[in-house]
Amino acid sequence: MTAIVTDKDTSSADLDRLSAIAQDVIRLARAKGASEADVAASIDLGLSVGVRLGEVETVEHTRDRGVAVTVYFGRRKGSANTADLDPKSIELTVEHACAIARHTEEDPANGLAEEELLAREIPDLDLWHPWDITPEEAIRLGIEIEDAGRSFDARIDNSDGSAVQVGASLTAYANSLGFLGTERSTSHSLSVALIAEDASGMQRDYWYDAVRHAGDFADPASIGRKAAERTLARLGARSLGTRECPVLFVPEVARSLVGHFLSAASGGALYRRASFLLDQLGQPVFPSWMQIVERPHILRGHGSTAFDSEGVATRDSDLVRDGVLARYILGSYSARKLGLRSTGNAGGVQNIVVQPGAQDLRALMKGMGTGLLVTELMGQGVSLVTGDYSRGASGFWVERGEIVHPVEEITIAGNLREMYRNVVAVGSDVDPRSHILTGSILLERMAIAGEG
Amino acid sequence: MSTLISHAEHQLLRPGGLSTSDLDGVFARLMGPAIDAADLYFQHSRTESWVLEDGIVKDGSHSIEQGVGVRALSGEKTGFAYSDEIVLPALLEAAGSARAIAHAGANGTGRPLAIASAHALYPAIDPIDSLANEDKIAVLREVDATCRAADPRVKQVVVSIAAALDTVLVAHSDGTLAADVRPLVRMNVQVIAEQDGRRESGSSGGGGRYGFPELLRNGRAHAFAREAVRAALVNLEAVPAPAGTMPVVLGPGWPGVLLHEAIGHGFEGDFNRKETSAFAGMLGEKVAADGVTVVDDGTLAGRRGSLSIDDEGTPSGCTMLIENGVMKGYMQDKLNARLMGMAPTGNGRRESFAHLPMPRMTNTYMLPGERDPGEIIASVKRGLYAVNFGGGQVDITNGKFTFSASEAYLIEDGKVTRPVKGATLIGSGAEVLKRVSMIGNDLELDEGVGVCGKDGQSVPVGVGQPTLRIDAMTVGGTAV
Repeated sequence: MTAIVTDKDTSSADLDRLSAIAQDVIRLARAKGASEADVAASIDLGLSVGVRLGEVETVEHTRDRGVAVTVYFGRRKGSANTADLDPKSIELTVEHACAIARHTEEDPANGLAEEELLAREIPDLDLWHPWDITPEEAIRLGIEIEDAGRSFDARIDNSDGSAVQVGASLTAYANSLGFLGTERSTSHSLSVALIAEDASGMQRDYWYDAVRHAGDFADPASIGRKAAERTLARLGARSLGTRECPVLFVPEVARSLVGHFLSAASGGALYRRASFLLDQLGQPVFPSWMQIVERPHILRGHGSTAFDSEGVATRDSDLVRDGVLARYILGSYSARKLGLRSTGNAGGVQNIVVQPGAQDLRALMKGMGTGLLVTELMGQGVSLVTGDYSRGASGFWVERGEIVHPVEEITIAGNLREMYRNVVAVGSDVDPRSHILTGSILLERMAIAGEG
Repeated sequence: MSTLISHAEHQLLRPGGLSTSDLDGVFARLMGPAIDAADLYFQHSRTESWVLEDGIVKDGSHSIEQGVGVRALSGEKTGFAYSDEIVLPALLEAAGSARAIAHAGANGTGRPLAIASAHALYPAIDPIDSLANEDKIAVLREVDATCRAADPRVKQVVVSIAAALDTVLVAHSDGTLAADVRPLVRMNVQVIAEQDGRRESGSSGGGGRYGFPELLRNGRAHAFAREAVRAALVNLEAVPAPAGTMPVVLGPGWPGVLLHEAIGHGFEGDFNRKETSAFAGMLGEKVAADGVTVVDDGTLAGRRGSLSIDDEGTPSGCTMLIENGVMKGYMQDKLNARLMGMAPTGNGRRESFAHLPMPRMTNTYMLPGERDPGEIIASVKRGLYAVNFGGGQVDITNGKFTFSASEAYLIEDGKVTRPVKGATLIGSGAEVLKRVSMIGNDLELDEGVGVCGKDGQSVPVGVGQPTLRIDAMTVGGTAV
């Protein structure tokens, strides 16, 4: 068997090839009459190994390629993409994009980003760390993680398996303003899901770690043990009677609350008038002590990038300053629709940092006294138009700062506008595994519905 | 089927200088003493979409993907590799990677390939070309105009249409050689309505495995427009939803997402083989009230969830899941069927050649009962009447599931009264169908917009049901 990323790192040559393809596409588009064009060409390579009950279950080798082109004829736009990097397919793809642009209508907001916003230098963000692991080694690692969980307690009597995932991604972006930028990054993860059973029934839970550099992984056995602890803690869960009470979100679910805020502050939702944050620029959205900052250049950060998907330079900037919505999240299209400037967020946000507080999860539980600790959320049930929020949840009932029993089959409901205003505290327990970096979040009050 | 095979061969193999007779050589590389089964899945897919927003058709996109997935199975082990180049060296390399799962050994062979027969449930047409681009643009504009004319409170309209054509060729070491040409079209309408500073949205849409002319027949596009506007205007009047446990009446059609989440996933073969499903080991047991009969049926002509053959070449079927309250069967792919000593049911599906097949649903619905829907609503003293939903989710192992209402009303003294805001409903799969006390005579299938996600793979599905009364479910509103 072969490793997917061997000692011989070919990424430089691959990036050169993607750059050449990207520049060819721009030339082709101009030759076919496009006034402006941009293109992203990419290669993603991966190895994914699954282990279950001590034996390898799946070994998957992945290799995805793509070219996505957008052409503008004046203010008319057309897009096309292909997974085939063959010159003939690429030419056909450019023709498809041009054909579409012959039918779309003039939109004054269409076009490339303003030239002065494009990235001029591309700092090394330390994102390229190929993991030279063979499938055999990955299988052994998967077995070690799962074993640590299965041997933790006799009630762990089944497993959904562990997974070792290795990934590498290369991208070249070019546009007809002469911009050409390349980026390469790796991301790897370890995960395991276990099942425990007792007289009360079966429960499943999981744990994982995700990094840019395999050297940054937590001890593999600790991932298995943590999954086992979490699974066991759910045994005997029951519903709660309908009530209102404080709710504390652990970091891995707290980041979904931040994610809803990011979606509602995004240009696409705003110009469609489909956001509860419409007309809230400069207004208090969170309590006055809260700060949320975008930091695109964190070394080895999960969302780090030097330029956005339009080539616009990314930079540190406040999103929420002293609780006030300091800016929207804009690419150049949505910015023009709103009469604003791009914030370097075409394609989404980079690293979002919610300023942590001083208290860890235990201290936050003490501070909450009696309430619900949420560790998992289920289903959709969030309207960005109105901010109405109603989701399935599970976690733990807490009294006097201590866990009393696990909870399941309840919903938690409120309105995001009020939920954000009523944040009581952000924890110091920041979860580093995502581009949204937040600690636990304590809300003053939500409606709980259940049967009990 | 042989016309389909030659069509697929022409589309998928010919450009790379291959024919089905070359596949024996690939199987020779792929098979071996420790390999129980292997398959090759060739796919070409082309999609096109158009979006109207702010009254103008501002964007369109076109996409082409093709490749081959190569899988080798040894016991419970699966080796998998794929290539986006359909040429012999790439196929042999992928075969080598996939086969490494079972370690080295002598080469073997599959059974000689023989064309599998299946009944075609949809026409082998290219839906992208089923309407001229000018006419697609015109349709988007007309739907926009219908929305805006319907009510002055409509402030924003987004209309999109999408068409996809998938051509697949499956060769399996059990001798199966099968092909399918799968058209799929869809229209979505979303509106935002405003009144006194309050904003609400409403959406609608539908589609299936046919061309645009069928989608647009009998003014269906305008019906989607009116439905989206109606839903947004209803939501403008909605009061906070109740919180707590109460009787729930579910309307017919799309609310069948209940079945998909509450029992559907739990009846998939993989979760039962691994005994990670809350329904593991319960075949033959009572899991629902008397009168509850649920099937997964991939054989309905033209439906979004239907397949003439699944992605392993097995003809789709109508699988009895629950018959009169008793659990009757699982949905199976070939791997899980073999390991469980059962027959495949035509539920082996994959998002694309770059993904592994798994047991997946097709169209999952409950058969009708005898009650008049009006009589069901009249039977409730205080409860919720939910007629439209967003999506749902289930925890397979403890059986807890959610689904989120997007249009619902209070029932007070047997009458539907005020609309309430959207709320998530939560329940336990093993319990909820035991609480079904009345089943309507009004079975409907959904309009054709469902997407099911499992292990990161999305596939189109359908759901359906008649009006149902569930005696107690938890409703996640804010009015405590």
